Amino acid sequence: MGSNAPTLRVEDLKTHFFTKAGVVKAVDNVSFSVDRAQILGLVGESGSGKTVTGFSILGLVDAPGRVVGGRIEFNGEDIANADEGRMQTLRGNRIAMIFQDPMMTLNPVLRVETQMMETVLAHQKVDRKTARQRARDALGQVGIPSPDERLAAYPHQFSGGMRQRVAIAIALLNDPDLIIADEPTTALDVTIQAQILFEAQKLCRERGTAMIWITHDLAVIAGLADKVCVMYAGRIVEAGAIDEVLDHPVHPYTRGLIGSVPSRNRRGVPLYQIPGMTPALLNLPPGCAFRERCPQADGACMAEPGLSVPFDGRAVRCFHPHLEAGA
Amino acid sequence: MSLPATQGAPNGALMELHGLSKRFVKTLDLAGKLASKLGSSIREETVYALDGVNMTVAKGEVVGLVGESGCGKSTLGRIVAGILEPTEGQMYYEGRHVATLEPAEAKAVALKVQMIFQDPFASLNPRMRVRDIVGEAPLVHGLVSSDEFEGYVDDVLGRCGLDASYKRRYPHQFSGGQRQRIGIARALAVRPDFIVCDEAVAALDVSIQAQILNLFIKLREELGLTYLFISHDLGVVEHISDRVYIMYLGRIVETAPTEDLFAAPNHPYTKALLREVPRLETRHSKFLPIEGEIPSPLEPPRGCHFHPRCPHATARCREEVPVLREIAPGRESACHLNDEA
Repeated sequence: MGSNAPTLRVEDLKTHFFTKAGVVKAVDNVSFSVDRAQILGLVGESGSGKTVTGFSILGLVDAPGRVVGGRIEFNGEDIANADEGRMQTLRGNRIAMIFQDPMMTLNPVLRVETQMMETVLAHQKVDRKTARQRARDALGQVGIPSPDERLAAYPHQFSGGMRQRVAIAIALLNDPDLIIADEPTTALDVTIQAQILFEAQKLCRERGTAMIWITHDLAVIAGLADKVCVMYAGRIVEAGAIDEVLDHPVHPYTRGLIGSVPSRNRRGVPLYQIPGMTPALLNLPPGCAFRERCPQADGACMAEPGLSVPFDGRAVRCFHPHLEAGA
Repeated sequence: MSLPATQGAPNGALMELHGLSKRFVKTLDLAGKLASKLGSSIREETVYALDGVNMTVAKGEVVGLVGESGCGKSTLGRIVAGILEPTEGQMYYEGRHVATLEPAEAKAVALKVQMIFQDPFASLNPRMRVRDIVGEAPLVHGLVSSDEFEGYVDDVLGRCGLDASYKRRYPHQFSGGQRQRIGIARALAVRPDFIVCDEAVAALDVSIQAQILNLFIKLREELGLTYLFISHDLGVVEHISDRVYIMYLGRIVETAPTEDLFAAPNHPYTKALLREVPRLETRHSKFLPIEGEIPSPLEPPRGCHFHPRCPHATARCREEVPVLREIAPGRESACHLNDEA
């Protein structure tokens, strides 16, 4: 494995759900890569497939869903078709996930100590004393005061923000190469959110951990990520460096999303709104999925747009990208 | 005004709160009482949800109320909407002391103040058709006769951007944004003047949130509504409000016209909040969070509630409660630091 290879490279990933009513293409031809110490923001509204993308990487997609195509290269190894045994050695060890609701990660009837030591012991041959020491250090690292005492506490004895820190501490335990964070701050207050973002950023810088930060909130990504992928109806519609995409979005959906953020607009004046709502993924009509809400849509959009590169460092899935010269 | 002006209620204020407090007490059961008699440390637990809140909302104004979870903003909203009774303090509606009104008048006031809730999935009865959810209250209160009923429901739904032909459907057949519109239609159906929106857009996607915010702005213009807009999202509050109240652990710490507050916050807590709001404009930011969390309202700290997290706290802040004082025309802040400057 070359040292320049990205930590994770996803190519043409397809995860489909085979339901009685039809095939739901939750993730359709998604490609991106994350380097060491890089934070990738994966942005989209509910139902856009961002969480399923995260689950696919970890091999956590349950029936009737299945990864039906594409490559997931982790440190050069294709794990899209890896067996369960291999995934178990990676999951929680080299790749960790943080969920929106920390109670999804934490077992309510076990002490934090028990859960954290279990994570260490499952992957490393160390004695219990060392495992406890690691757990203690991880809690301290995410800014939990008096970690020695807090180790013996149960999850319900922590506040929401502290619980999320515990979940992050568990993700850190085995010093993973990649962390997938699925809306980890959505349920938290701004001051607590800032504390969590601070820890995430520090981690990335100091340990070189690659991170995928899944969120619906462009503003969170703006301060945190290095690059961003915008998802719509299971596909990436725009990808690029964070400043570039936020300052000069070219896809009509990205433009609409940015335009509808309240703080960008003059007070009291109606916000720009994207008409209609996100389409149901079941039996999505052919062509561009955004067609029916798009101000630029025309006959060409009846065909499905491929990912094109209008200029260096940007990918967009649109026949009518908004380019400065042509505006 | 139908009643002589009450002391402390200036003209023009639609809603006025004076020294409003709310405490939730968890009383001991028999076993607990016995145990406490026998010398156990079990005591009644009191949650200090609101502590001496003063607030004025002028007619036609949109007032934002911002705070972190557990600061008491929803409790305040519920008291204003008449769902909860305050423990202490007075509430005036159009200059009339609400607690002393005759039953008929009290009912009229209750109808004039309506509430829209956060969760459009939990706040609609899943077993009622949209037509009944929206139309039940005006029918019961005699605002419409049964002849006018269908037309009235169609009209209210249309105003909220819903297709009247869907009115025989149940709530589960609608998306989140549409359900929130149903909740808004239900509130509007009794022709209120004052609407309390408790995190009304928090559960919605960005593109849907923009649609609902636009609906709020449109309805305000068309119907001359007054809003108390409760939210933890400063971006949303900045966009829609004329004036903002910042709340911390049951107390108002600062209030100012929206532009002034966002341009130059005064209270250390407001400053911290504004600094930490993620914005599209701030890239690759170095997050420098304020330490700690909101303390438990079971045992609020002495003195200024914010002092354990405040970088400027002095000995005085630990002992003496700062009062909300005017620091500039239209601006009030509760911080001892303002005395020294």
